[in-house]
Amino acid sequence: MAILVIKDLTKRFGGLQALSKINLEIEKGSIHSIIGPNGAGKTTLFNCITGFYVPDEGDIIFDGRNIAGLPTDQIVRRGIARTYQNIRLFKNMTAIENILVGMHPHLRSGIIGGILRDPRTRKEEQEALQEARRLLQLVNLQGRGDTLAKNLPYGEQRRLEIARALASRPKLLLLDEPTAGMNPKETLEMMNFIRNLRDTLGITIVLIEHQMRMVMGISERITVLDFGEKIAEGTPKEIQSNPRVIEAYLGRGAASGLGVQAQPAA
Amino acid sequence: MVCPPFLLSLRKIWRSALIGGGVALLLALVGMVGTFHSRSVINNVVSVGQVLFLFPVWYATYVSLRQMSEERKKVLIASLTAGIVGSLPLVLLLLIGAGINLRAMFVNASPALYKILTFGQNLWPGVLVLIVVSALVTLTAGLLLQLSSRWQRALIQGFLWLFIAGLMRDLILTVTNRWGPLAGVVQFFFAANGLTPLGAVLLLAIVIGLAFRPRRQVESQPVNSRARWMVLGGIALIFLFLPQILGPFFSEILDNVMMYILMGLGLNIVVGYAGLLDLGYVAFFAIGAYTMGILTSPELNAHPLTYWQALPFAMVIAMISGVILGLPVLKLRGDYLAIVTLGFGEIVRLLVLSDWLRPWLGGTQGIQLIAQPKIGNLTLQSQVQLYYLFLAWVVVVVFIAWRLKDSRLGRSWMALREDEDVARAMGINHVTTKLLAFATGALFSGISGTIFAAKLTSVYPHSMNFLVSINVLALLILGGMGSIPGVFVGALVLIGAPELLREFAEYRYLVYGALLVAMMLYRPEGLWPEERRKLELHEEEFVESTSVAAETE
Repeated sequence: MAILVIKDLTKRFGGLQALSKINLEIEKGSIHSIIGPNGAGKTTLFNCITGFYVPDEGDIIFDGRNIAGLPTDQIVRRGIARTYQNIRLFKNMTAIENILVGMHPHLRSGIIGGILRDPRTRKEEQEALQEARRLLQLVNLQGRGDTLAKNLPYGEQRRLEIARALASRPKLLLLDEPTAGMNPKETLEMMNFIRNLRDTLGITIVLIEHQMRMVMGISERITVLDFGEKIAEGTPKEIQSNPRVIEAYLGRGAASGLGVQAQPAA
Repeated sequence: MVCPPFLLSLRKIWRSALIGGGVALLLALVGMVGTFHSRSVINNVVSVGQVLFLFPVWYATYVSLRQMSEERKKVLIASLTAGIVGSLPLVLLLLIGAGINLRAMFVNASPALYKILTFGQNLWPGVLVLIVVSALVTLTAGLLLQLSSRWQRALIQGFLWLFIAGLMRDLILTVTNRWGPLAGVVQFFFAANGLTPLGAVLLLAIVIGLAFRPRRQVESQPVNSRARWMVLGGIALIFLFLPQILGPFFSEILDNVMMYILMGLGLNIVVGYAGLLDLGYVAFFAIGAYTMGILTSPELNAHPLTYWQALPFAMVIAMISGVILGLPVLKLRGDYLAIVTLGFGEIVRLLVLSDWLRPWLGGTQGIQLIAQPKIGNLTLQSQVQLYYLFLAWVVVVVFIAWRLKDSRLGRSWMALREDEDVARAMGINHVTTKLLAFATGALFSGISGTIFAAKLTSVYPHSMNFLVSINVLALLILGGMGSIPGVFVGALVLIGAPELLREFAEYRYLVYGALLVAMMLYRPEGLWPEERRKLELHEEEFVESTSVAAETE
């Protein structure tokens, strides 16, 4: 069953066609990678799904309801959370406060409760704090909760961002280049961590990724974008041998050099 | 051409001494040296004016010498010559001033100033004395650096306190004369103007003695919650009896400081927590004050209300006006927001000033006969009584600000401040969250305005000018954005301190400017920066982990 169905999604910036007629289905409980050269439209796709951009045409159907054009805060309440390509934590707040902000949609207390700290608010805050501590442990950041986010090392910031996204209890988690800037060992750890996340929480994960070893190792399906169009989709095996994909990455003619049938260079 | 390293470092020191001399020249020409010459640090020995034109060179020399690693003889030579170089700008002023009358351009370049700079001598002997004194003064910087760092710190602290005590002589005596037997002890230190020479030596000895007292390891003591409550209780007691301790002379200043603390706490929510730069904050103060005026003054109103009856209206109207400002600026950020709020402040000021609204708002003449708050038969009208009214509100507002800071709403404000897009993607509704910040901030400022109106029993448009907004913002920056104790420190330093010295009044904004520039360079987080609450570890665990960390260091 598909948790997310994208139909004919188009997004233009002036004359630039950032996404044209994208069709995509994300299977529930799967790990689905989106790859493509720089400027292919991967992050634009994420921005459309999470409401940062309003798509020009097309539908985004999440859990049976069309969410295209909804504001970001509505979409997160429906169960989609994300991380960012260039980490965007709340830098001057502590790690645990970042997670608490992520829990925002599930908390109720308002200004009066905040001032009076009535039993209900206190109970809610206590429970939120406990869950936040649990999430810190989940991403292996225990003991770092009271550190300001900006003072955490790079890898920990990446994991904190995932914890913050998980705090909203998403059904679908979008990870934008979770291993950017990591060495092979860290990449491997992150790969295991993401797989573990899906297995234990049962959520669906879509990731944008550049490191092919990670993409091929972790994904159940892969979608390839190039110049705003979907050029291929399939299992890692199918994608590896797809001539159009190789062409998109290495340039026209490269595929023939690799022994795959393709048009000769002009 | 290769310079020997000593010459190179000498050149660096001379250059900074020359900058110090330039500062001294500036202070002389704006008139500070002349104004402050009438105040002595030590009676008949050193005046504040003299400190003003000698200290900049000394400080520049001290700072640049500290970065130099040369042997003792060279350091002493460098410090001595730095004084000669540093005195050159003032020497130049004296030489030019002797030939040409500079007063057409620089009002303060008067014979009186020259007399101060030459220590009362004629031109040539005076120039010589100035150079020699300057050189001797900077020589002490070189000598100071020969001492251990502990002695250095003790001596610097000693002279700093000496300077403060001499400068504040009148105020200290006004306060301590109320203390009965203690008064005589304090009086012993002071002369008619500044400290007595003996008192100065004693004070220096006391401060140095204190600097060398055996230190207990206070840092590693666990900060349990009982100790914290005791500290808080102590602070509360001090605030409760502040008018009694300081005496009537300070009550007016205290009222002013409290008024700004209230406004500061409000703006702290808007700017410090939510990051919405508001340059028209005085508008809400004006709205609070004018609402109080309109509702309670028989001048404009056939059925005047009492203060307490009018207060809820003033509070609600202030909050509504906060929302009214907030609505059009929801989409604006940073500079654009600042400009719009600035305009809002001006609109409110011009409206209360306008002839068009004169029948309702009083125009340039303002509103008189505003009601004073009554509790039973007691009318709160003296400055001390109003201080307690301010204090009561400050307690309430501090409580609200403190509780909100660690609430879900407070976290939403901070998240919006840090990254609005991401905060919204976390499910935070930016409209209600921002409007709540504006409304809360406006409420606190409005309350401050109502007491201001009741205190003067009148309001005028000219008390609602742009500088009030700037003062509140400046005290936040000085104290530390987002920090509640920072608001108190900022208000005391920025609003309280200038009132203490009449001579300062003229140079208030010069000193403000210099202070803010220095703050931004050396302590951008403020005097009492915001601290994030520890949430992951419980208090006891935290104490353990920090003491462990302290041991391993």
